[in-house]
Amino acid sequence: MSLQATTSQTVGPYLHIGLTPMTIENLAPAGVAGERISIEGRVVDGDGKPVNDAMVEIWQASAAGKYGGKDFRGFGRSPTDDNGMFRFQTIKPGRVPGPGGKLQAPHIAANIFMRGQLKQLVSRIYFPDDPANAEDPVLALVPAERRVTLTAKGAGKSGAFEWNVILQGKDETVFFDC
Amino acid sequence: MSEITGYRRPSPGTQPDYLFPKYVSTIKRAPTRPLVILPHTLTELTGPVFGHDEVKATDSDLTKQHAGDPIGERIIVSGRVLDENGKPVPHTLVEVWQANSAGRYPHRADQHDAPTDPNFTGAGRALTDEHGHYRFVTIKPGEYPWRNHFNAWRPAHIHFSLFGPAFATRLVTQMYFPGDPLLPFDPMFNCVPDERARNRLISALDWETTIPEIALGYRFDIVLRGPDETPMERKS
Repeated sequence: MSLQATTSQTVGPYLHIGLTPMTIENLAPAGVAGERISIEGRVVDGDGKPVNDAMVEIWQASAAGKYGGKDFRGFGRSPTDDNGMFRFQTIKPGRVPGPGGKLQAPHIAANIFMRGQLKQLVSRIYFPDDPANAEDPVLALVPAERRVTLTAKGAGKSGAFEWNVILQGKDETVFFDC
Repeated sequence: MSEITGYRRPSPGTQPDYLFPKYVSTIKRAPTRPLVILPHTLTELTGPVFGHDEVKATDSDLTKQHAGDPIGERIIVSGRVLDENGKPVPHTLVEVWQANSAGRYPHRADQHDAPTDPNFTGAGRALTDEHGHYRFVTIKPGEYPWRNHFNAWRPAHIHFSLFGPAFATRLVTQMYFPGDPLLPFDPMFNCVPDERARNRLISALDWETTIPEIALGYRFDIVLRGPDETPMERKS
């Protein structure tokens, strides 16, 4: 039997009613092994205006490079606030296998949903100054000058990594056809 | 069982593009640079699992979340979640949200001059059973105006959010009602050229799930991306 996947539709402006009851901004409560990190960022539209009705979901491996373990599920969901900001507290993921069994650099997958998008945007968050980035098989597919958009900026004044979702323009974030 | 190596790419015309100018909000929000094709690695082939500690049985009855009964036509919305190979997707989280029977959301961004209903929030969730079945009890949502174009009205709809087994199977969609005269005019419903794909977003009146004297049933089956066939499974 062969069926076709149901057509995607926008989350619309009222996504909060159905989706933010399950907001998960702290993925790693006490007891989860790994290096504690915070990631925050802003979603910005083609006019440079913050998008206050978006939602970012992340999916990541544990510090040991395992997906979906009992102690660390690795899923987060953060709606943007009036300034377009989302935020997560988590642990730095370990390395996981990529195509051909080659290890990928530590990364976090992101799905971004909002009014004005008929399907989610897919992107990835990498970490600055990680030597593994140079050999990451997915980053290698991205034009060199745009890779910077997938790399969080090193711990800022609040101690958080900063990773922004720029929807359009010269600094437009790299989005994937997943 | 063979190992999953990737999920199928969509058939042409069945999934929307990011830029769809008739839906005006896409113009400032759609990517303008080429997308990078992502191979499906372990990251995309795995996904979060949700359980009954997070979903209470009462979460699937939207008419019983407050002290009184919501105003409106009580309905039962149910169906199966399958993958493209026709295999049921068991134990997956389904989240829904919708307007009340007057076409109003209890949300600060909704300024439509229609009454809110203190007995209706319009949010529900459920896990599919081992055969991929889900079921919600709710009230039929109302149509409502929006400002996309002159005299724009959304057809009645229920928003659905699903996870499936992997990051790559995540789907947010909307369910519509059969015979809704607004459907031909709705940019969201008409966002893909494939007419059959559009029509699969329309639920069907379902006598099997209709409860006599209580509530009409509407059936809405949802198909998530299916695993690609591995070369070994392909007939030469």
